[in-house]
Amino acid sequence: MIIFETKDLVKFFGGLAAVNGVSFQIEQGEIFGLIGPNGSGKTTIFNLINNYFPLTSGEVLFDGRSIKNLKTHKICHLGIARTFQVVKPLARLTVLENVTASAFCRVNSIKEAQKLALEMIDFCGLMPYKEQQAKGLPIGLRKRLEITRAMATQPKILLLDETCAGLTPKEVDLAIELIKEINRRGVTIIVIEHIMKVIMTISQRILAINHGQPIAAGTPEEIARNPQVIEAYLGEEDHA
Amino acid sequence: MKSSLGLLKALVVLMIAGILPLFIKQDYYIHLLILVLMWVIIGSCWNLISGYTGQVSFGQAAFFGVGAYTAGIMFTKLELSPWWGLVLGGWTAMVLALIIGYLCFRLRGPYFALATLAAGEILRLIANNWVDFTEGMVGILIMQTFSSKLPYYYMVLGLAACCLGVISLVMNSKLGYYFVSIREDQDAAESLGINTALYKNLSLLISSFFTGTAGAFYLNYMGFIDPSVVFSLHDISIQAILVGIIGGVATIWGPAIGALIMVGIQELFRTAIFGLAPKWVSQGHAMAFGILVVLTILFMSNGVVGDWSKIKRLFIRKSPEAAS
Repeated sequence: MIIFETKDLVKFFGGLAAVNGVSFQIEQGEIFGLIGPNGSGKTTIFNLINNYFPLTSGEVLFDGRSIKNLKTHKICHLGIARTFQVVKPLARLTVLENVTASAFCRVNSIKEAQKLALEMIDFCGLMPYKEQQAKGLPIGLRKRLEITRAMATQPKILLLDETCAGLTPKEVDLAIELIKEINRRGVTIIVIEHIMKVIMTISQRILAINHGQPIAAGTPEEIARNPQVIEAYLGEEDHA
Repeated sequence: MKSSLGLLKALVVLMIAGILPLFIKQDYYIHLLILVLMWVIIGSCWNLISGYTGQVSFGQAAFFGVGAYTAGIMFTKLELSPWWGLVLGGWTAMVLALIIGYLCFRLRGPYFALATLAAGEILRLIANNWVDFTEGMVGILIMQTFSSKLPYYYMVLGLAACCLGVISLVMNSKLGYYFVSIREDQDAAESLGINTALYKNLSLLISSFFTGTAGAFYLNYMGFIDPSVVFSLHDISIQAILVGIIGGVATIWGPAIGALIMVGIQELFRTAIFGLAPKWVSQGHAMAFGILVVLTILFMSNGVVGDWSKIKRLFIRKSPEAAS
């Protein structure tokens, strides 16, 4: 079943086409990878999906319904949560308060929200840090807090924006495990990642984009062999 | 557990405030207490929108003045008792809040701060010049209902208790989490499903309601208002900020402590340290506030309540026998 679909996403910043004609369909329960060199428009696609930036043209469908004109907070309530590449913790609040604030997306009383928050904190392995202020956490834990917070809104689709960037190899392994576990819970995931180990092991399908345009789509193996992808990342062979 | 302890603390404070007039007989000191309690309300309201929600208001005087003038104009034009202002003043202030919020809260950046600053000044000029409606610079004079100060004291005590009660209830609910989230990071808040425009408006509505009610109380208590008093930029708007900063931004008790300190210092200077200092000292209160703010920001940026543990340590170090 197709749960999520974008059609011909276009975003212009002035005369610059940041995203130009990106279409993809995502199956329920899938982990879908989005790759591309720096500045190719990956994060912009996320910002278009949750309407942080308005679309120039195109269509975003969730559960067969257009969401392109909905406000960012409405989209979260529908069940699409995201993390930020440049983490945005609620700095002076504790981990528990951070996650509780987002749990209010689904429940109304403090008790229920805290219960849900603690569940998610436990699930994401942040229990030892729950009383710490978010601003004091190292980057690895802040990235994890982003995921925890997004999970507390009980999303159907989770958009992960480079949640493994800046982590140590051991933390990366843990993050991979966590993402797989979230997926096993039935959450569909779209993931942006530069670390090939991550994207190649977890995604079922990958879309590669460059200069805001799709250049290749397919399974991780297909993408790894695709000459256009290799060119986008490493440059053309005869230029070397 | 934590909240029940807070409730106990609040009840004790309320009880002490309730029986204080048994020990303090002089009208002068009751008057000062009434002023303190009024500033508790105004400061707490500023703290809600600016300290907790992070939308810095430079124009609490706009809400205060609108509340006061609602009571005054109902008296002069409709010949109603100015006490009706206590019921309606908060609502008219909320109407003003809706307009400002509607215009500013979909934007980011300093627009809200600037708009509130402007709103206070615009309203002051309107009240000055629309003589038919507001009596202009002449102001509005009413006969006070009570000659004793005690009824006013208990009234403003009740108002302040209500105001603090509502704010602490709000801050211990979903609303409170949302307000603080908006302060910490508006983009993150929005992506977590928080309707930031709506909740900023709600915060301002609550803040304006009690500020407007305090304005209406002010007319009833003082018996006189004019535009330069109730729409004053430095005597109301800025002082509301000072009360918040000195007491402790984003703490429940901060503005209460701040109000006590500010009214105390103001009175100290107004009377030129009870007549002990030369007369010119009374001109220096603005400068004293300035110095106080600089010192607060330099040495205890979280205010008296926010940095209470720091202050305690300071005193304990100075007198080790007190610690043991």
